[in-house]
Amino acid sequence: MLISYKWLKDYVDIEDITPEEIADRLTTGGVEVDALYRRAEPIEGCVVGYVTEAEKHPDADNLNICQVDQGAETVQIICGADNVAAGQKVVVAKPGTVLPGGMEIKATEIRGQESNGMICSLQELGVEAKLVPKHVAEGIFVFDENPDTGSDAVKALGWDDTVMDLDITPNRADCLNILGVAYEVAAQLDRAVQLPVTSVKESEKSASAAVNVKIENGEDTPYYGARIAENIQVKPSPYWMQNRLMAAGIRPISNVVDITNYVLLEYGQPLHAFDFDAFGSDEVLVRRAFEDEEIQTLDGNKHHLSTEHLVVTNGTKPTALAGVMGGEHSEVSDQTTNILLEAALFHPSLIRQASKDTRIRSDASVRYERGLDTERVEQAADRAAHLFAEYAGASVLQGIEQEDHREPGGRWVRVSDRRINQLLGMELSGSEMVRILERLGFQTADKETSSIEVYIPSRRPDIHIEEDVAEEIARMHGYQDIPSTLPKGATTAGSLTAEQKRKRTVRRFLESAGLSEAVTYSLTTASSASRFTLYPEKYTMEVSMPMSEDRRVLRQSLIPQLLEGVSYNRNRQTKDIALFEMGSVFLSEEANAAVQPEERIMLAAVVSGRWESHLWQGETKNTDFYVMKGIAEGILEELHVESRASFTLAERSDMHPGRTADIQLDGTTVGYVGQIHPTTAGDWDIAETYALQVDLTSLLQAVETPVRYQTLPRFPSTTRDIAIVVDESVPAAEVKEVIESAGGSTLYSTSLFDVYQGENLTPGKKSLAFTLVYLDPERTLTDEEVSSAHDQVLRMLEEKTGAELRQ
Amino acid sequence: MIERLEELQQEALQQIEEAGDTKQLEQVRVKYLGKKGPITEVLRGMGQLSKEERPVVGQKGNEVREAIQERLEKKTKTLADEALKEKLEKETLDVTLPGRKVQRGAKHPLTSVVEEIEDIFIGMGFEVTEGPEVETDYYNFEAMNLPKDHPARDMQDSFYVSSDLLLRTQTSPVQARSMERHHGEGPVKIICPGKVYRRDDDDATHSHQFMQIEGLMVDENIRMSDLKGVLETFVKKYFGEEREIRLRPSYFPFTEPSAELDVSCGICAGEGCRICKHTGWIEVLGCGMVHPRVLEMSGFDPDVYSGFAFGMGVERFSLLKYGIDDIRHFYTNDMRFLKQFTRV
Repeated sequence: MLISYKWLKDYVDIEDITPEEIADRLTTGGVEVDALYRRAEPIEGCVVGYVTEAEKHPDADNLNICQVDQGAETVQIICGADNVAAGQKVVVAKPGTVLPGGMEIKATEIRGQESNGMICSLQELGVEAKLVPKHVAEGIFVFDENPDTGSDAVKALGWDDTVMDLDITPNRADCLNILGVAYEVAAQLDRAVQLPVTSVKESEKSASAAVNVKIENGEDTPYYGARIAENIQVKPSPYWMQNRLMAAGIRPISNVVDITNYVLLEYGQPLHAFDFDAFGSDEVLVRRAFEDEEIQTLDGNKHHLSTEHLVVTNGTKPTALAGVMGGEHSEVSDQTTNILLEAALFHPSLIRQASKDTRIRSDASVRYERGLDTERVEQAADRAAHLFAEYAGASVLQGIEQEDHREPGGRWVRVSDRRINQLLGMELSGSEMVRILERLGFQTADKETSSIEVYIPSRRPDIHIEEDVAEEIARMHGYQDIPSTLPKGATTAGSLTAEQKRKRTVRRFLESAGLSEAVTYSLTTASSASRFTLYPEKYTMEVSMPMSEDRRVLRQSLIPQLLEGVSYNRNRQTKDIALFEMGSVFLSEEANAAVQPEERIMLAAVVSGRWESHLWQGETKNTDFYVMKGIAEGILEELHVESRASFTLAERSDMHPGRTADIQLDGTTVGYVGQIHPTTAGDWDIAETYALQVDLTSLLQAVETPVRYQTLPRFPSTTRDIAIVVDESVPAAEVKEVIESAGGSTLYSTSLFDVYQGENLTPGKKSLAFTLVYLDPERTLTDEEVSSAHDQVLRMLEEKTGAELRQ
Repeated sequence: MIERLEELQQEALQQIEEAGDTKQLEQVRVKYLGKKGPITEVLRGMGQLSKEERPVVGQKGNEVREAIQERLEKKTKTLADEALKEKLEKETLDVTLPGRKVQRGAKHPLTSVVEEIEDIFIGMGFEVTEGPEVETDYYNFEAMNLPKDHPARDMQDSFYVSSDLLLRTQTSPVQARSMERHHGEGPVKIICPGKVYRRDDDDATHSHQFMQIEGLMVDENIRMSDLKGVLETFVKKYFGEEREIRLRPSYFPFTEPSAELDVSCGICAGEGCRICKHTGWIEVLGCGMVHPRVLEMSGFDPDVYSGFAFGMGVERFSLLKYGIDDIRHFYTNDMRFLKQFTRV
């Protein structure tokens, strides 16, 4: 909402207060002034000129030779505008003037005739083309009043003004008009509000005799009033009015349209002027539209309506989409002579619906949606009638023809000063509160002990309960006066839950392992949403009105967008990439589900390029499967579940079939680790990349009480190495398992230290070497005991894995 | 015999002194202290001596042996020290060459902000609570005092997935869910970080997905001055002791009275600069006293309980903290961006 300081002055005495101060008071009071700017910068050398003569240029039909009195002197100026004429007061830019667009005016000669300046159009003076009044869009600007010749043009144009751009919160729709802002300023300054003139000399004939208003449903349309103005002369509105409309960002059109817009800005009450002759009847019926009823609005668009929409009709045909936009058929034109002025109240949600469905957001619909002052409608209609009589030569018929279903707009609210002080943490007296409420223009009554009855006028539909009144008191008194205290209640110990702590631990582990945390979007394309998912049996969920195909479906896996990250980095010459992400995935039990999906937290990582590099020593190590598996094992260790986890070769789509392992916890798959399938990597245009994804929700639930101290062994251990040859298809984990189960209770640890294939071995065979440590915590083992256990290990290996002892 | 021994001692010490390496030293040891060495030989002739002389010569013999032994050890050590010194000199490295880099990953600049804020509030007795990102219309809007045709729903155009489900537009629904879990009994002291979604086009200052932290405290006799005090404590911890706060009236459907919280600009200390748009203040969060309807809907008696709530944008806090200029950086995962936060 743009508010002109000069306009505001009409309603509240702020002569002694600067616009900056007003803006500051409004902002600290909760009506935020987003920006404050001068209407126009001063233009040095731009003055009011009086055209004493204007005649055609002898050598150019489209040019005029004008003699222009500039106060001190009269000069000749060549002007190309059609609308220039002797007797006009115009804006002249003298030679040397730099116009807002940067153009510098020079004395020159045009087709043999000297020209000492320029007569300006509004565009040339810096007015945005979309705001320039229609009638001067093609020519120079001409004053309709009589400013002093030679005086400063910017002042004469009324541009020595400041505009405040207000950011109005949804509850303060009352400030979507100048009068509302005036009430706010008046309350802040403790001054009175001066209401606009609404008196109108009416003719004998009554409006009710000319038209009959009917409302189908009083809930949809609480009020509809019609005023009739006859013998109107459609022409440009006075410049002062045009100027105020432009300051508010509205383009002046004609006096009739401008007056309805002016009153809209003044009162916040939307008005619509119908060409009464084109209206087609002497009956106004406001009703729900029929299914598929058609209307062509005055922007030229056709709309198919439904029973969700409200229309103003002439008894048969819709003439306006109520509260949104008028119909084209009954639009006011230059030929219009009789007007039906609508001043009505419509149900906010119906307007909201219509605005949404037709995609029309008008100054009217915006205000209807937010709710109006229900007691201001007649005043607004009277104000417009007054202006029609004044500036359009209208004879206004007597009274308003109306149907009225309104409830009272104002309301009494009872508040307790004790409770308000308790809520705010302040200590204001009851009389201080009453003082503030009176400044706001709220009547108070019956101040019993600690209770105040407050009458909230209809212009403040946002105030209903004690808390609302408390806010009014606090903001008028000043939020800065609310003290800073700390809550009095019992102290509570705050902490993270065990799961929250573990999530942090896992993050720290991954960071110290060299991976950086990524955050990606939850919405992705339909094709990648379920790629790499751990839960292919679940359904995806998608948003009903996506903003783009790229952000359509909720992800079931974190990997695709991490690969996107790999690709993004590769395209920016970063080839060594290590990222992880912790985030939710969304799993639905059925297609197009209408219930909340299951949200599980996934942990995923992608690594590509070099894992370690020490360049001047010539050592680099590229990422491989075991790097990624090491990270996976690290995560399991951080969560103390490593002993319950196992890795098995797995086939997964988009993953390398020979280099992917499922991670099982107590036999249930909780994730996987492996190389991205080269073909898939090609899809993302990335090099060899490894990934892991685990269901962190499952892992966090599986965590048991961690870390119990184990007594240190007091007796020496015995170490035996063993090297065996097995088929290359036999997994090392299986061999280890056999060793561990065969080794009995004295086998303390088993670790693999060598894997070999190649020379000296039969093709298809591999050699594995383990170090076995035997230990009894109670005593020293004898050589014989160790040998017997070790022999048992060898036997079982031979039997279960076909192993041969390597010679 | 005594003279002979002294002579031998002199001779041996001389040779020890002259020995250049451990091998020569060993030869000297064998030569003089060995079983066939001259000292042993001299002492063997002790039998011919008188009873009185014998102990004197014996003692002298031992003294000579000890002296030689001692000198031998000393020389051995000297030689070893010299050899070690020489060896170490040969091992000298160019210590200016770069060391082996320990690879470290970075905390995401959103996570670091979330964790820091969590920790400050945990210190004030709050707990961290999370909620679903796909939320019901009821929790996201209605329980927050935003009925179906409320104009404030416009402020946050939403991604619906069905008529009743949407990607939450704010972390506020966690307020309602947490209050319900408390079954009308206070205190409730929580902060709720999480992702939220709104139908905004992504640009330098907007993102269709972003992060919020919601805070809520409900107890008996909670006042707006408590809200101010708690947030002032928070702001001073997060932004610095020298920063001031200012509350400005505002509007949220779920709080009444409502306020915006501004922090004095850290760049210009309130003088006015580009960062604070020449106001001296930076808007950082929205807050207010929990609306009695909200308390009631979530099972708290507004005649007994009151509370305050606040909500802040994590991206904004991160932008302010690190001077980041484009919100999209948080989501493109450029390693050059992320790696800058390794030390955070």
